[in-house]
Amino acid sequence: MITQWFFTHVDRRGGIAIALLVAIALLVPLSNLLLPQTSPLHIPTYLVSLIGKYLTYALLAVALDLVWGFCGILSLGHGAFFALGGYAMGMYLMRQIGPRGVYADPVLPDFMVFLNWKELPWFWHGFDNFWFAALMVVLVPGALAFGFGWLAFRSRVTGVYLSIITQALTYALLLAFFRNDMGFGGNNGLTDFKDILGFNIQAGTTRSMLFAATALFLALAVFVSSFIIRSKLGKVLVGVRDAESRMRFLGYRVDRYKLFVWTISAMMAGIAGALYVPQVGIINPSEFEPANSIEAVIWVAVGGRGTIIGPIIGAVLVNFGKTYFTAAFPEIWLFALGALFIIVTLFLPKGILGLYGSWRTKLADRAARKKDSAPPPVAAENVHLPEPQAAE
Amino acid sequence: MKAQDTLLYLDGVSVSFDGFRAINNLSLVLQTGEMRAIIGPNGAGKTTMMDIITGKTKPDAGDVYFNGEVDLTRHDEAEIALLGIGRKFQKPTVFESHTVEDNLVLALSGPRSAFSALFHRQSANEAERIEDILYTIRLNGKRDWLAANLSHGQKQWLEIGMLLAQDPKLLLVDEPVAGMTDAETAETAKLLREIAKTRSVLVVEHDMHFVRELDVKVTCLHEGSVLAEGSLDFVSNDQRVIEVYLGR
Ligand SMILES: Nc1ncnc2c1ncn2[C@@H]1O[C@H](COP(=O)(O)OP(=O)(O)OP(=O)(O)O)[C@@H](O)[C@H]1O
Ligand SMILES: [Mg+2]
Repeated sequence: MITQWFFTHVDRRGGIAIALLVAIALLVPLSNLLLPQTSPLHIPTYLVSLIGKYLTYALLAVALDLVWGFCGILSLGHGAFFALGGYAMGMYLMRQIGPRGVYADPVLPDFMVFLNWKELPWFWHGFDNFWFAALMVVLVPGALAFGFGWLAFRSRVTGVYLSIITQALTYALLLAFFRNDMGFGGNNGLTDFKDILGFNIQAGTTRSMLFAATALFLALAVFVSSFIIRSKLGKVLVGVRDAESRMRFLGYRVDRYKLFVWTISAMMAGIAGALYVPQVGIINPSEFEPANSIEAVIWVAVGGRGTIIGPIIGAVLVNFGKTYFTAAFPEIWLFALGALFIIVTLFLPKGILGLYGSWRTKLADRAARKKDSAPPPVAAENVHLPEPQAAE
Repeated sequence: MKAQDTLLYLDGVSVSFDGFRAINNLSLVLQTGEMRAIIGPNGAGKTTMMDIITGKTKPDAGDVYFNGEVDLTRHDEAEIALLGIGRKFQKPTVFESHTVEDNLVLALSGPRSAFSALFHRQSANEAERIEDILYTIRLNGKRDWLAANLSHGQKQWLEIGMLLAQDPKLLLVDEPVAGMTDAETAETAKLLREIAKTRSVLVVEHDMHFVRELDVKVTCLHEGSVLAEGSLDFVSNDQRVIEVYLGR
């Protein structure tokens, strides 16, 4: 029953990806926690956190692919939603510190004491509760995306113009969060976290659990994306991507469809940011850097836009490359990234997975045409049938 | 003429693009159940007229009424489509990365909200209607083909099929036989006459053989307004029509 329901909403590739993600959510923590350090299969804690970080990037990439790959909305500001989710989680982690801060104030985080603030600003209330913070992780990016999208899609801002204003959005937030009087720790951001849900944030077990949570959320995102894309709504989105005005003449309110998927995507990005912050131990305004959002676009392009799974591969591969290059040849990383983007755009327009995918669809399409190329008998006697063009 | 008992009523419609009058004081009336052919030289404003009717372009002046009472200038494209006006574009526009069948699924009349689309399940009735349309447009053997792989003529037909799936009261068909072979053209005329038995149709076409086969009242547009109107023989004997259009 459940498997049947599952496979009406997810294709084989998505199913495999979800199974793999669930498997690593189990196996990586087991290897880290149970195997002796001398075992060749032991994964050290630093690597668990590193891969965990990549998987949060992968989640951001899946979110971006949902709007860019399937609906043609090229967001150059998805890092903003990621960072907002991160800040919501960071605020919870700050409140968890309690009196253990440098200034030992039971309520106020250190930076507020340092700024001589006497009480907690109103928007910091509630963040001592994990579930409230978790709600804000999706609500804040979701509400911002909803408001932004409502204005932009209703006035039919599309293409390059939309991309530019998404970039402006993240840049504006970057500037705002830099300011001390915004109340988010200014330049330094939020850091020195102690624990999460009562567990020491540095402990190996906590790190492993954060890793597992990330892999499971990524699996969930693959499922949600597949569910959306395989529904009729997904077909409408692809129709909007390919011929937006045609969709309007069929009676679809294109702006509402865009708004729906845009908001869902921003919420996913927020969750990614929230999982990122406890694993890297800090959130600061640099997460709003426009360059971060552009990098995310490159991950999706490399992995293959419009493929759901491709962006995961792209995000992990590019970031492994980044970790390696920035250590080995720090000065050429940016050139390597730029070259990669150019190569992918020119030679692999559908990315790594698209290369494989287009080969598969070509085979399937050829098979379908072979099967169908005989004219249907019913129509044959009185109707002229246009010949198939490509009867190769 | 009163707007009340007409299906489509255009009166004194004008629109300019950067000072150029593409539609100039145009008046045109279509009765319920009528099929009308629109002819006229390139740039006469035929496509622009359809843009106005479907809400893509707002007129600078004039009245546009549907069903005698709905002011089309106050509605946008999606609302007008839902009122029951379907359109086939001059350049065939189908969803190329969808299959033939999915193109029809998207066009099929029914709820259009995002929520209903997310949880939509195809009913037996919908499947049957799609089957019927696939048969009517002679693409039943190609339902799983990507629309991108269809020939030009097949795309034209798929778009007509999408129009049928929308189940509109009024069909606006812009140059349906452009790029078709003679045999395909004849088939398309047959198909449109069949469709016109139950719906109203406005069809723009340059192909005079095709217009003759439709055998309906003809309106000739020129420089954004009506030059002549009547039977094809009447219109094609009009001295001015010969001058600006047929004689060239
Ligand atoms: N959006 C627009 N902006 C500027 N000019 C336009 C626009 N739409 C149409 N025009 C102009 O209006 C005139 C009428 O164009 P229209 O496309 O309606 O002609 P048509 O009768 O459909 O011609 P054809 O037979 O070539 O399809 C043309 O000169 C065209 O260049
Ligand atoms: Mg035209």
